[in-house]
Amino acid sequence: MTLEVNGAQRRFTADVRTTLLDALRERLNLTGAKKGCDHGQCGACTVHIDGRRALACLTLAVAAQGRRITTIEGLSPPVGPLHPMQAAFIDADAFQCGYCTPGQIMSAVSCVEEGGAASREEIAEYMSGNLCRCGAYPHIVEAVEAAAARTPS
Amino acid sequence: MRPFAYRRADDAAEAVRAGAAGGAFLAGGTTLVDLMKLEVARPPRLIDINPLARDHAAIKAGPEGLQLGALARMADVAADPAVRRDYPVIAQSLDLAASGQIRNMASLGGNVLQASRCPYFRDISWGACNKRVPGSGCSALAGVNRGHAVLGVSQACISAYPGDFAQALIALDATVTVAGLAGPRRLPFEDLHRPVSDGPHLETRLRPGELILGFAIPPGPWTRRSLYLKVRDRQSFEFARAAAAVAVDLDSAGVVREVRIAIGGLAYRPWRARGAEAVLRGRLLDEAAARAAATAAFAGAVTHGGNDFAPELGRRAVARALMSARGLEV
Repeated sequence: MTLEVNGAQRRFTADVRTTLLDALRERLNLTGAKKGCDHGQCGACTVHIDGRRALACLTLAVAAQGRRITTIEGLSPPVGPLHPMQAAFIDADAFQCGYCTPGQIMSAVSCVEEGGAASREEIAEYMSGNLCRCGAYPHIVEAVEAAAARTPS
Repeated sequence: MRPFAYRRADDAAEAVRAGAAGGAFLAGGTTLVDLMKLEVARPPRLIDINPLARDHAAIKAGPEGLQLGALARMADVAADPAVRRDYPVIAQSLDLAASGQIRNMASLGGNVLQASRCPYFRDISWGACNKRVPGSGCSALAGVNRGHAVLGVSQACISAYPGDFAQALIALDATVTVAGLAGPRRLPFEDLHRPVSDGPHLETRLRPGELILGFAIPPGPWTRRSLYLKVRDRQSFEFARAAAAVAVDLDSAGVVREVRIAIGGLAYRPWRARGAEAVLRGRLLDEAAARAAATAAFAGAVTHGGNDFAPELGRRAVARALMSARGLEV
């Protein structure tokens, strides 16, 4: 299979059953996207496919060929400033254990792009596909709100 | 997950030919891949129909009504300005479903075919499930059945149809276009899902290889005064515990000229409440009328202990939806 991940063409061999999440983590050494429930219920595996947030655990890698995949590792350059959403999560202390954070951030970037960050209530609704077992929700909402305020609409 | 063969289909004819040989169509994958991981679904072959989005993902609103391609994604239809303005019940049924990620992935065609969320269906360690293993029985009858259906059920199966969009479609008299080996055909959306008496394992009237291409919603003076009310156990990213899709055409005195009511979360299949509609036609839409219609909607309800509360929850949802629709500015 060949996947376009974070701007690079990555070629690897995998069983046709391999999900995009397993391909990223096990074949391409991109462990930012996390495996939580593996059934589309927690959002820890959220990545962007063709610029839209999607669940890597319910996407078959074979079917993602030819599409543009962005993971948390590709959100900001390896050297240089963080993406404003990453910075906002640090500033707002928007995590505790951090396991759900890459998925939260990928989802939060889309939440703002989709125009779903006009109020705290709207952010909560647009971010409902990302669970946080530590319960860091108030700070997550704060981070999204702050990053949205700095993003030109 | 069981092994399967994978291929992409570039057009509907190729997809239908491949599908007729046995297998499952892959669009967004949000139901299918999940069920394959659970080994509830074990297709020998997956036919990836995403390339068909080129021809079958359009959203067209006009004087002849609304046409939606089967490969349109939930999020795109929900965000469409014409859908939001002229068919709010459709936009809301999609907006209130699933999560942002899933709405980006899931296609409309797949959405209406989403599988039961019954825990005994989804867990293969339960031997008895007529939907999964025909003739094996129903574990939910005497099991944990708080989330199970009360309308259109039988001793063979009490699982609830979980979708929201289908309720908007059935309320608005939608038709569905399918492609098959013998060419395309159209059927009323109401006829797509089979009643439980056909056997719980037979969910739709789609023939082998048949593929949903799109939906057509006829225009009507009731589509603007429409809404989807969804009652859930948690506020978001949750299936309906009870839901009502309503569309109403009122005269200047507030008398019902025409009304459409569908019920979600509480019925075996997408559920049109024609008895409730008959109660309202020609009557002033007030609280008493809304309540009378809601009562009629659940006249045939059958409960199984855990869901004894459900008919009253459903009645209140229908009545509230009707009163909210009355108050809409159109």
